[in-house]
Amino acid sequence: MKERIPIVEKILSANDHIAAQNKSALDSAGVLGLNFMASPGAGKTSLIEHTIKKLKDRLKLAVVDGDVATSIDADRAAAAGAQSVQINTGGECHLDAIMLQGALSELHLEEIDLLIVENVGNLICPASFKLGTHKSVLIASVPEGDDKPYKYPGMYRGVEALVINKIDLLPYVEFDMEYFRQGVEILNPGLVTFPLSCRTDEGLDAYLAWVETEMEAHRRVVQ
Amino acid sequence: MHELSITESILEIALRHAAEAEAEKITDIHLVIGKLSSIVDDSVQFYWDIVSDGTAAQGAVLHFRRVRIEIVCQACGESYHPEELDLSCPGCGSRDVRIVAGEEFRLEAIEVE
Repeated sequence: MKERIPIVEKILSANDHIAAQNKSALDSAGVLGLNFMASPGAGKTSLIEHTIKKLKDRLKLAVVDGDVATSIDADRAAAAGAQSVQINTGGECHLDAIMLQGALSELHLEEIDLLIVENVGNLICPASFKLGTHKSVLIASVPEGDDKPYKYPGMYRGVEALVINKIDLLPYVEFDMEYFRQGVEILNPGLVTFPLSCRTDEGLDAYLAWVETEMEAHRRVVQ
Repeated sequence: MHELSITESILEIALRHAAEAEAEKITDIHLVIGKLSSIVDDSVQFYWDIVSDGTAAQGAVLHFRRVRIEIVCQACGESYHPEELDLSCPGCGSRDVRIVAGEEFRLEAIEVE
């Protein structure tokens, strides 16, 4: 005989549970965790390199790099002067909380102020999996096109800050900044946005100031 | 496409609840998926046939209940169901809105024998 069993359980509840554990591990060590998400080639690793170089005298940084294969990105972060751990997802299109938990166990959290998690380059899947980081940052870039907020609403809705990278290319590509920003505003009103170029350093200071402000705010909360 | 890991989660939750109920076989799985969740039904079904093979849930029928988007405007209080991507209030144009439905992604029930 058939029997119906009501459940009402979130399908990603196991991931959410581990994410909460990651967050409390970061909090108890006073670490601010940022989740960097973007499409491949938007400049996540370049922005991380700049962040390390500009802030390493004031903050102790670590980077967790998620890629399908290779340790190229973790090597670049280490060369710039940060502790780094590479996660090879072996085909998975996103990082999840369990993968980050494994990487955190390889870091000395008590020696870190700021942890940047570089998610797998993808504008769909990373948006669905909480990691336990405090803020999510989306890095868009001008050559990708101005229609991306309209095409990937889930990603643009779920972040706390937006970087628009490669603005030095604006004279050379079709990119209507007004149309792009309108798409963002529909999905995520008032989203803090930093147009910048990792090549010319234009606009970097405002982004770096935001990182430091978030770091200070986080310290006040966890202390 | 992250439907594989999602399908594995669905299987884990279903098997756990079936075991608690001391059921031998899961015949039906009822999922609730909001329109804002980027889940492809066919893809979940494809992976389901593979991951459930050899388990108590093998051959179970997946039922997808899609939930439409419901929004309440925080400025004027209007409740509406946008079909388009633009979530702003059709009444007053405000973008200060709260999504009350459409982001669901849960297992609602299983049927067992």
